[in-house]
Parts: sequence; C-alpha cells; structure tokens
Amino acid sequence: MGLLNREEAEALIQEVLEVYPEKAKKDRAKHLMVNDKTLESAKKCITSNRKSVPGVMTQRGCAYAGAKGVVWGPFKDIIDISHGPIGCGQYSRGGRRNYYSGIAGVDSFCDMMFSSDFQEKDVVFGGDKKLAKLIDEVESLFPLSKALSVQSECPIGLIGDDIEAVSKKKAVEIGKTIVPVRCEGFRGVSQSLGHHISNDALRDWMLSNRDGKLEPGGPYDVAILGDYNIGGDAWASRILLEEMGLNVVAQWSGDGTVAEIENTPKVKLNLLHCYRSMNYIARHMEEKYGIPWLEYNFFGPTKIAESLREIASHFDDTIKEGAERVIAKYQPAMDAIIAKFKPRLQGKKVMLYVGGLRPRHTVGAYEDLGMEVVGAGYEFAHNDDYDRTIKEMKDATLIYDDATGYELEEFVRQIKPDLVGSGIKEKYAFHKMGVPFRQMHSWDYSGPYHGYDGFAVFARDMDMAVNNPCWTLFKAPWEKPAEATNEDTEALVA
Amino acid sequence: MANIMIRKGDRGYVFYMPKRDIEDSIVAMEFDTPEKWGGEIRLGNGGIYYIEPQEAPTRLPYSVRAKRIDGVE
Repeated sequence: MGLLNREEAEALIQEVLEVYPEKAKKDRAKHLMVNDKTLESAKKCITSNRKSVPGVMTQRGCAYAGAKGVVWGPFKDIIDISHGPIGCGQYSRGGRRNYYSGIAGVDSFCDMMFSSDFQEKDVVFGGDKKLAKLIDEVESLFPLSKALSVQSECPIGLIGDDIEAVSKKKAVEIGKTIVPVRCEGFRGVSQSLGHHISNDALRDWMLSNRDGKLEPGGPYDVAILGDYNIGGDAWASRILLEEMGLNVVAQWSGDGTVAEIENTPKVKLNLLHCYRSMNYIARHMEEKYGIPWLEYNFFGPTKIAESLREIASHFDDTIKEGAERVIAKYQPAMDAIIAKFKPRLQGKKVMLYVGGLRPRHTVGAYEDLGMEVVGAGYEFAHNDDYDRTIKEMKDATLIYDDATGYELEEFVRQIKPDLVGSGIKEKYAFHKMGVPFRQMHSWDYSGPYHGYDGFAVFARDMDMAVNNPCWTLFKAPWEKPAEATNEDTEALVA
Repeated sequence: MANIMIRKGDRGYVFYMPKRDIEDSIVAMEFDTPEKWGGEIRLGNGGIYYIEPQEAPTRLPYSVRAKRIDGVE
C-alpha cells in the first residue's frame, strides 16, 4: 500500500474511531490528526497532556517513572531511594541503560536499587522513622555517595508522610544534600509531571548550592541538558562539542554528578536535547543566571551539522571554525554509511510512537537513510512538542497523541509500514503481526544513536531490523503454494 | 493568580506558565513602555491575562503574578 493522501488518512482515523463508545470517541478524536505543514500551532488540531480514557490500553508511565527513571536515576553519584512499596523501585531498576563511568556500589549507584519496602504497618503508622533508619544504613554502607534523593511512591502522598522534615534533619546529621522529591505516581496524567517535579526539586535543593562561591566560568563553557546517556548517547555528543572547542561542564543527567549540577550556573549556554524533560530547569537558569538555552538535535548527519552550526553561532569565530572542521572531518565517514545503507533502506516507511523527543528528532536521521516517517506520536508530549513536530513531518502523515494499543495496531495494519519504532510494550505485538520493530526508548539494547558515531549504529540497526531475512519466513511451509519456487515465495511474502 | 514567566522570543514576548506548562506568544500587551509595563495581555491561543502595570523589568525572562481573565487553560 502506498502513501495515504489526506482524505484516506482522515478516513482511516474515522474508521479507527468507529469502535469506541460515543464519549470515548469524542475524546479520542481530539488526539488524532493528519499533518498539515501550513499550521502555525498544533493547538486547534490536536489535544495533548490530558487524562487517558479509562478502559483503553495507554502506554504512559507515572510521575514516579518520570522523576526516578528519567531525570534522577542517571546521576551517578546520587543514591535515589524509592520510598514506598518495593515494586516501583524494583521494576524501574536498570531497564534504561543509562551508562556511566565509575564503580557500581562504590561511587556510582545508577544500576542499584534502594527502597524502603513499605509494609502494612508503615502505611498505618507512617514511614518517617523507617526512612530515617534507611538513610543511616545507606550512609554507613555507601559513604562515597555525594547526595541522596527520596523519590516518593503513591502511598507516601496518600498517608501524608513528612519526607521533607526527615530529609532536612538527616541532611544535617550526615552532612550531605538530601532532596525530597514529591513525585507520587498518582500526580498528573503521565510521566511528564514527574519531569517537571524533579526539575523543580533540582532547582530548589541543589542548583544554587554554590551560588556566590563559584569561580567565573570560561568563555566556552556549556552544559548538556536532557541527554540521559542511553547506550552512551551523551558521550557520543560530548566528544563532538569538545572537538569543536567547547568545554562541557555538566551532563544532565546521563553520567552526571552532583558537582556538575552545582557548577552548571557558570556556563555560557545550556544545550537542550530532550526539550520535554528539561526545559523547566533551562528556563529557570535563563531567568536567574541569564544563561540562554538552545534546542539541538544530534540524530543523523544533516541535523547534526545544522545543530553544530547553530550552537557555534552563539560563540566566536574559533568555535565556528571548529564546527566546520568537525563537520568536514566526519562527513566522508557519514557519506560512506549512507552509500552502504541507503540502497537497502530507500523508500521504506516508518511509524514512530515514543516519548518526549524522538518522534520528531529522529525524522532527520531516517530521511538521511532515504526512509520516510509516515506516522509519529508521543505518549506524554505537550502542545509545544506538537508545534515542533508539525514542521518536521511531511504533509498528510498521521500524528497521534497518547495512542491506545488498539489504535496503534489498527494504524499499522492499515498503513503497513516497513518498520515500527516504539517501546517494549508494543514490541512483541508488532513482531507477531510480522512487522519489523525497533525499541526506540532504550535503542533496543543497542546504541548510542546520538552524534556521528551514533548514526553509524543507528543505520546498521535499522538495516538489521528492516532487512532481516526472518520476515520472509513468516508463512508456514505447508501453507505455501506447492508449485512455487523459492524466489517466487519470497516475492509473495514480501 | 498564577506565576508566569515572560521572555523575549524571535517575534516579541513569549508567555510561559510553569504550573500548566502553557507556552504561547503574546500578541498584544496593553502597556509596553519603560515606565509602565503590563496590563492586559493577549495570547496567540486566545487567552487573556492581566499583569498589574509596573515598571518594565530590566532583564528578561521575568517571573510575575498574573490573573487569568478569559480563555483556555
């Protein structure tokens, strides 16, 4: 099936909506749209950041997932205590592969799980004493941690424990920063509020710790915000910035440290990769410290070159020359990668349904490989994300917000893309439908995908998924027509 | 009343309300002189807010209390 035109795409949305009851249909209709590049603002066509319809399968996470899993977890020398029942902590441990350099359990704590393991009696009598005891235990077992954070799970908010008081008291006793994060899972409609809450907690409890004591920064100091070092992403980005002459002071939060957070106020420019999860702190630093911020995109050589030039435009000629030098250095290698993979991937159609930035950021990388993104959507984006997405996507492509399991399956069944990029919850459903799939939240256990080094991995992975011979073996041998030769069968299945 | 943050964008002022994460352009501001600044502000999405008229801030972005008069939230 070829690409849809506008009428067909609209008809498809109507057809998918048909199964819902009247009220749900009215609600879901606002979250689905056909892209129209002429639109200035997405507001009139798509509604986002709203409560999911009860009864449908949403793929969203909770505020705790956004705070502990996304923003706080990757800081390597902070011990994040999952305060509450054991499940939330255990199931959010280590799945996201935020790489770090350091020794686990000695000075780095990303892939360890600390939980207060709430029991019935803690809910009845309150868990503050348990938290205080836990902090003492953590401190005696892991003395090299630089700070602690208390990530509250749902019951903490429900029973009204005063984690702020415990944190303040214990912080004085052990002489470290302890940050209470009020990220109970029931807050908000998705993990997005968890990002906001953690940004606010970082702002209130950590960012200003060295105010007045900081040495003035160098002229080329920058900070990377919103890069979580999934599979080494932040490292692949950092080397490019350093090669062009910039001095990366801090990484928020992949492979980041407390010292880096506290040193961030001296940078000259904040570089923002994941806009959704870190724009809050960037805005705060702009107001308080006068640090401008800039969104950039390190997926695929076209966008990288654009971004490097844009970053350089904020600095003097040495950096501008540095950017050109970096682009010129890597361009031949990129051309070789494109020459190798483009013929194998040309014209393939991709549908994406991911989190905060990938549905729009990766479009450029797919286009570099000759692929076409025919549908994109976010789990928890806000309106400003869709404003940006509309410009990246082609006309008459599908855009879906907080898509339900049913909607996604139906879109894929009808549009028949050659590749779907989404999360682990969707992965096996689509594999069973016979559609090649990449898990785009944590790069399907591969990566990095950022930067020039990342593009090489990205191109190989997409080729590996789309052109995997297993997709031609989908039909059982006894169901194939008897007279067909091998080649014919392959053509039939493909 | 809610805290909002006003910053300078490519095309005039940009309105941002952290609590509801609403970002939009300010299409009209009642008073915009160094001595008197604020008043009724109209957003690109149709919303209308009111800032107590005051001296213009020396530096943007600037956080200020604003009252919602009309429009989406």
